[in-house]
Amino acid sequence: MTKYFIDLVYLAASFLFILGLKGLSSPEKARRGILYAEVGMFLAVVGTLLHKDIISYEWILAGMLLGSAIGVPMALFMPMTAMPQRIALSHAFGALAAALVGVAKYYHYAPNIPPYIMAALAFEVLFGALTFTGSLMAFGKLQELITGIPIVYKGQNVMNISLFGIAAVIGIYLVMNPANSVLFVTLFVISLVLGVLFILPIGGADMPTVISLLNSYAGLAGAATGFVLHNNVLIIAGALDGTSGFLLSVIMCKAMNRSFANVIFGAFGQVAAPTPEAAVKQQATVRSGSPADAAKIFKDAKSVIVVPGYGMAVAQAQHVVRELAELMEKNGTTVKYAIHPVAGRMPGHMNVLLAEANVPYDQLLDMDDINPEFEHTDVSLVIGANDVVNPAAKTDPSSPIYGMPILDVEKSKTVIVLKRSMNPGFAGIDNALFIQPNTLMVFGDAKGTLSKISEEIKKL
Amino acid sequence: MSSEVEIGLYVFMLAGFLGFEVISRVPPLLHTPLMSGTNAISGISLVGSIVVAGAHETTLSTILGFIAVTAASINVVGGFMITDRMLKMFRKRQEVK
Repeated sequence: MTKYFIDLVYLAASFLFILGLKGLSSPEKARRGILYAEVGMFLAVVGTLLHKDIISYEWILAGMLLGSAIGVPMALFMPMTAMPQRIALSHAFGALAAALVGVAKYYHYAPNIPPYIMAALAFEVLFGALTFTGSLMAFGKLQELITGIPIVYKGQNVMNISLFGIAAVIGIYLVMNPANSVLFVTLFVISLVLGVLFILPIGGADMPTVISLLNSYAGLAGAATGFVLHNNVLIIAGALDGTSGFLLSVIMCKAMNRSFANVIFGAFGQVAAPTPEAAVKQQATVRSGSPADAAKIFKDAKSVIVVPGYGMAVAQAQHVVRELAELMEKNGTTVKYAIHPVAGRMPGHMNVLLAEANVPYDQLLDMDDINPEFEHTDVSLVIGANDVVNPAAKTDPSSPIYGMPILDVEKSKTVIVLKRSMNPGFAGIDNALFIQPNTLMVFGDAKGTLSKISEEIKKL
Repeated sequence: MSSEVEIGLYVFMLAGFLGFEVISRVPPLLHTPLMSGTNAISGISLVGSIVVAGAHETTLSTILGFIAVTAASINVVGGFMITDRMLKMFRKRQEVK
C-alpha cells in the first residue's frame, strides 16, 4: 500500500518538476514555476521517508541538516559574479551523490547483479565520479585556485581517450562478471582521475561550455541512478537535467563557432601573444579620448547600445553602468543592452549580473535581436568586451575566432570602447575594432571611467 | 531485459524529448536560473540517498548514504533558494522605477 502511495507522490513530483521548467519560459512565470518544483521536491522527500526499507532516521536527518547548513548560506551569500563557481560545485555534489549511491547499490546487489542493473551502475559510477572531480576542477579554474590557462602535454588526448576506453571496457566486463569488486573499485578510481584529466587542457574562456557539459553528465548520472533504483522520477529529472545541459552546451558551442571535439580536445586560448611590433603598430593608430570626450558624444546621442563583457563584471561596474544609462535616458536617449551568449562565464550569466544591478530585463537583448539595430544606433558603448565584438570573426579567415557570431558594433555611428589597456582579451587575439576611425578608446578602470563620464554629462 | 527496464527506457526517452521541447523555449535571459533550477530538481537523487542512508545494511552503505544525503540536500535546498534569489532580480522597467 505504501509503495503505491510513494509511487503516486513521485508521479505528482514529476508533473510539478516539468511544470516548473515550463515556467522558466518567461520571467513573469518563472518564480511560480520554481515554487511548483519546490512543492514537488518536498512531496517526493516526505513520501520517500515512508519507504519500508528505512529502519532509522538519524543519519538521514543528520545529512539533511548538514546539507541545509551548507546549502543555505551558499545560496544567500554567494555573490552573483561567483554564480558559475557555485553551479560547478553543485554539479560536483549532485554527481557525488549519484556515484556514492551507485557504489552502495553495487555492494547491496553483489555478487549476482542482473546485467542491465550492472550496466546502469557502471554508467552511474563512471559519469558520477568523472563529473565530481571534473566539476571540482572547473570550480578551481573559475575561482582561480588553478590556472585558467590550459595545461597541455604531449600525447594528452591519446592518453585521455585510452583511459576512457579502458573504463568503458571495464564497465562492459563488469556487466558480464559483476562479482569482480576489485575491477568495480578500479572503475571508480579511473573515473575520478578522468574527470581531472579532462578539464586540465580546457581554458578559462571555454568554461561556459564545460559547465553546461558537466551539467549534462550530472543529469545522465542521475538518470542512471533511476534505472538502478527502478525510480521513474529520478529518470525523468535526470533526463531533463541531461537535455538541459546538452542544449546549453550546444548553444555555447555555436556562440563560439566551435565543435564539442574542439572544446574538449582543442586546448583553445593558448594562442601566441601578439608580437611586440604588432602591438606598437596598433597603439599608433588608436584614437583615444578622455571621459569628457565620451560624455559629449553621449550627450548628443539619440540611441545607445551598451555591450557589456566579463571585464565589466570583474570591475564591478554594473551599477555605474546602470546609473549612466539612467542619466542618458533622462536626456531622452534610448538605451539598450546587447548580450552575447558567452558574455559571462556561464550561459545567461551577464543577464543575471545586470538584473542584479536593477537593469530592467526588457532592456536586455540577445545577439540575434539586437544585431539588426546597430546600424541605426548612434553610439555603442563596449565595456570590458573584446572577442565578442571583434570584426575579425567576420573578415579574417586566419583569425582563431573566424566564424564566431559577434555583435555588429562596428556598424554603429560611433563606438566607444572602455578598456584597461591595449592588451588582447581572454582568447589572446588582436581586435581591429579598436583601430577603426569611428572608434574612440577610453583607457582606464571601467568603474572609474564610467562614473567620470556620468559626472561630465551632468556638467554639460 | 525485464519489463521494468523497458519502461524505464521509455520514460527516459519521452522525458528527454519533453525536456528538449520545454527547455528550448527558455529564453537566453534565464539560462543561468535554468541551470541552477534543473540542478536543484536533479537533487531529487536525494530520495535514492535517503533510502540508502536509512536502510542500515552495512556500515559502508550507511556512511555512503549519509554523504550522499548531505551532498544532495546542499543542491536541493541551496539550489532552489539561489534560483529564486536570482529570479527575484529580474524586473520590468515599470517595476524598477
